Amino acid sequence: MAISVSMTVNGKAVSAPVEERTLLVHYLRDHLGLTGTHVGCDTSQCGACVVHVDGKSVKSCTVLAVQAQGAPVTTIEGLAKDGKLHPMQEAFRENHGLQCGFCTPGMVMSALDLVKNNPSPSESEIRHHLEGNICRCTGYHNIVKSIAAGAKAMGGR
Amino acid sequence: MYSFAYHKPTSVKDAAGAFAKGSEARYLAGGHTLLPSMRLRLSHPSDLVDLAGVAELKGIKVDGGTVTIGAMTPHGEVASNAAVAKAIPALAKLAGGIGDPQVRNRGTIGGSLANSDPAADYPAAVLGLGATIKTNKREIKADDYFKGLFETALEDGELITSVSFPVPEKAGYAKFANPASRYAIVGVFVAKTKGGVRVAVTGAGPCAFRQAAMEKALSGGFTADAVANVKHAASGLNSDLHASAEYRAHLVTVMAKRAVAAAS
Repeated sequence: MAISVSMTVNGKAVSAPVEERTLLVHYLRDHLGLTGTHVGCDTSQCGACVVHVDGKSVKSCTVLAVQAQGAPVTTIEGLAKDGKLHPMQEAFRENHGLQCGFCTPGMVMSALDLVKNNPSPSESEIRHHLEGNICRCTGYHNIVKSIAAGAKAMGGR
Repeated sequence: MYSFAYHKPTSVKDAAGAFAKGSEARYLAGGHTLLPSMRLRLSHPSDLVDLAGVAELKGIKVDGGTVTIGAMTPHGEVASNAAVAKAIPALAKLAGGIGDPQVRNRGTIGGSLANSDPAADYPAAVLGLGATIKTNKREIKADDYFKGLFETALEDGELITSVSFPVPEKAGYAKFANPASRYAIVGVFVAKTKGGVRVAVTGAGPCAFRQAAMEKALSGGFTADAVANVKHAASGLNSDLHASAEYRAHLVTVMAKRAVAAAS
């Protein structure tokens, strides 16, 4: 049975008729065409599908679309403004924080959740925060560097 | 996953009502165990009763030597709550070590306890502190709650509403975490309370259990040395690709020592 699920995605009110069992990640990708949010492991381990719901990072492969009914949702597509990359995205570009790029949207969204609560994270705090994000190119070193630089660019020390 | 009917009540009473109407209903808390198991088609409820809209299930209260946590409070909120960190630092630390940040943003204490995964962290704190589990029907003492593998004292349709932890003199938690999932291969929670010392073990057996010999040893002196030579028998412990029963038995002593050393 289809139900109407509405939410505010990247500042825009959206609505789509979906099944109750539709996952948030499929709602974003298949119904809204926002394919920047990736499905990696599909078992809530890898973090490629991280988006923000109500300002908090979640794994969208383990949340039903209907659970985000009425909530503000931010995806990787919502970060760049007026054709200019968000400072965290720019930091990943500058610091070679990606190789194949598959995990990158999740890494960036997870990093922004960290910086929101901790504007100047230490290296160990960054590494600890990335427990739920897996990079199979194993490019962690530059990802950590990117997040430190991104946090700094966003106003941290 | 198979299809289901979705309900989003706003009160405990309506939640229980919606549950009772479904043929194979399940409550949905954070969903971080239930949704993956539904996706694997290991679980196929007829109805999902989403508890996210029930305001009375949320929140943290610290007063008069008791920390009360609403069933729908996510782990991340317990971990970052200053009043919890002050009253029972070991509880805040335990909550902050569950899964990863995204799991902690969604997973809840009520969901964790209702599921009673043998490797979950919260059961160790609930049993170690002698907490009381409040439901929509009654109060259940921690000692009467854990019954076996994914089995608790909860009856069909019974809903956890909150958990009350008595503030101990000191407490500590140490776990040997699975490096991928952060589930406890073995976790030990120790607490020095007014009623005596309590030691609870998770990850090692079918469900969380108390370790009487260690409780006795720590009653004579609450030091890591006191438990260093207390061995736990391997018989009846979990054995899987992560760790054998013998290895888990060894870890019980090691984690107990670390938990006592970390206690504050």
